[in-house]
Amino acid sequence: MSELKLMKGNEALAEAAIRVGADAYFGYPITPQSEVLEYLSREAHARTGMVVLQAESEVASINMVYGAAGTGKKVFTSSSSPGMSLMQEGISYIACAELPCLLVNVNRGGPGLGTIQPGQGDYFQSVKGGGHGDYKMIVLAPSTVQEMADFVKLGFELAYKYRNPILILTDGALGQMMEKVELFSQQDRTFEDLGWNIIGRSNGRDSNVITSLHLKADKMEEINIRLQKKYNEMRKNEVRYETVNCDDADYIIVAYGLVARICQKSAQLARDKGLKVGVIRPITLFPYPEEVINNYADKVKGMFVVEMNAGQMLEDVKLSVNGKVPVEFHGRMGGVVPQPEEILEKLEEKLLGGSK
Amino acid sequence: MNEKRMLDDQHFEQMIEEESICTTDNKVYEAPLDALYDTAMHYCPGCGHGVVHRILAEVIEEMGIIKDIIGVAPVGCSVLAYNYLNIDMSEAAHGRASAAATGIKRVLPEKYVFSYQGDGDLAAIGTGETIHTCNRGENILILFINNGIYGMTGGQMAPTTLPGMKSTTSPFGRDVETMGAPLKITDLVAQLPGTAYVTRQSVHKPGNVRKTKKAIQKALEYQKNGDGGTCFVEVVSNCPSNWKMTPVQSNKWMEENMLPFYPLGDLKKPNGKEK
Repeated sequence: MSELKLMKGNEALAEAAIRVGADAYFGYPITPQSEVLEYLSREAHARTGMVVLQAESEVASINMVYGAAGTGKKVFTSSSSPGMSLMQEGISYIACAELPCLLVNVNRGGPGLGTIQPGQGDYFQSVKGGGHGDYKMIVLAPSTVQEMADFVKLGFELAYKYRNPILILTDGALGQMMEKVELFSQQDRTFEDLGWNIIGRSNGRDSNVITSLHLKADKMEEINIRLQKKYNEMRKNEVRYETVNCDDADYIIVAYGLVARICQKSAQLARDKGLKVGVIRPITLFPYPEEVINNYADKVKGMFVVEMNAGQMLEDVKLSVNGKVPVEFHGRMGGVVPQPEEILEKLEEKLLGGSK
Repeated sequence: MNEKRMLDDQHFEQMIEEESICTTDNKVYEAPLDALYDTAMHYCPGCGHGVVHRILAEVIEEMGIIKDIIGVAPVGCSVLAYNYLNIDMSEAAHGRASAAATGIKRVLPEKYVFSYQGDGDLAAIGTGETIHTCNRGENILILFINNGIYGMTGGQMAPTTLPGMKSTTSPFGRDVETMGAPLKITDLVAQLPGTAYVTRQSVHKPGNVRKTKKAIQKALEYQKNGDGGTCFVEVVSNCPSNWKMTPVQSNKWMEENMLPFYPLGDLKKPNGKEK
């Protein structure tokens, strides 16, 4: 039975994790995501028996996730930008060892210790592989508190479907703001012998081993080829996006997460002035909706990318558009959130040659 | 080379060709273990790892817990421990074995869980994880092999390298003024309320091998009973290759130099539970 509640994004995410039957959470406090750990510490164990453990660092958290994910249990962690940087080595190991798990980055403004305000400066880290080696994660970018909850369920499904870490890339505003959220009903915690997981050597088999070490180059290449094949499957099957008023549009704004919502307002303001603007919102940042952007590039006069960074997803839009139409960019950094009017003004200035 | 020696060598080569050293009547010891793969180990001659693997496998088998134990291998010489131990295992990132073991134990509390770590892994890069795992009193066994050097990377100074001891990164001997003193991490974790059983053993003599085996067995029994926290078994060991000694010399050197600094024996026993 679903339930309607008014919740903070971080809390909705934590609540969804309890309801989806997650087995364990390992985390470390960092603003603006600490509510996840706090909420779970309060609620989770008593309700479902979920393990909730505050680790001594993000490095420890991600390695606890690595260990626990090897058992096949449903495990996750969350952090914010500097903490995610600390986790990157572990994420690379998890990706190579092909362990299903869910990661959440409540992106704040950087670089460095930065600020606790929302940011999108971790796009490259999330999408291009922040750790070492050739690996990919499916990256889900919610733009509402509802999606903060829904993507937990989707994320775990995808994690087991592909035996891969899945990242929810959200930001400090979505984590902190309260919205109405429809929560799905409580699911049972389930556990099974998946064949590969380390649960004690049983059924007459030899040992199962979780590792990312393959000392022979040809073996390591073999693993890489297998991983790339899997990532191509993701590219084929898992592209998700939303289009708003794109079909008759002369100009399209491409934005994700919180910014995509703001840009919908900008597009509305534009239409009020008679300017036909649509919005494409990539929901998966990997795999990226290249095809849809490329197709719309045939129909529009220009694309406008808006991000809370110096222009990171911009590169993927340019690759997708492939030179068909001009691609312009507006970005705010360091925790500053762009305003709808400001975005429209920049769009007109950069794509329409300054006409107001 | 004298004639007798040459004859001996020829005879030896002939023996090897005929594989006569491997015949049943030549065997002085045989005890195949289900918990140990029947394969050659990569460890250098005289290294303590092989012995510790063997006795660990023996304990697992004797306790009948092959189905119920999960191990975590470190980064270091024993990174491939899972190639020898035929039990479910996870490799861990350098220093993070006890964090990975924590993750496993927390979701499978009914299983036996251990980490197997060297001194660089456990007492340098993984110090934080080691201390906090012990401080939380995770109900796991941490098996710590201390040979005072980074073996796998070729003999660099470890956190446990003795004062004055030479390594490739302390070529003139460890200068405690600039490099710090060796970290007695076992003494340190013994101070934490989270540890239940802390002991320091060795495997350089048959008697010590037996004691170490007993210590591992005790630690796993405490884990089964949930006797109040982390069990920490240090094995002071050798590194003939990087100490640049023969196996015999290395054991002698270890006894004369390592053991006075890292004295053997129990540092902590479970409260009131020790018989």
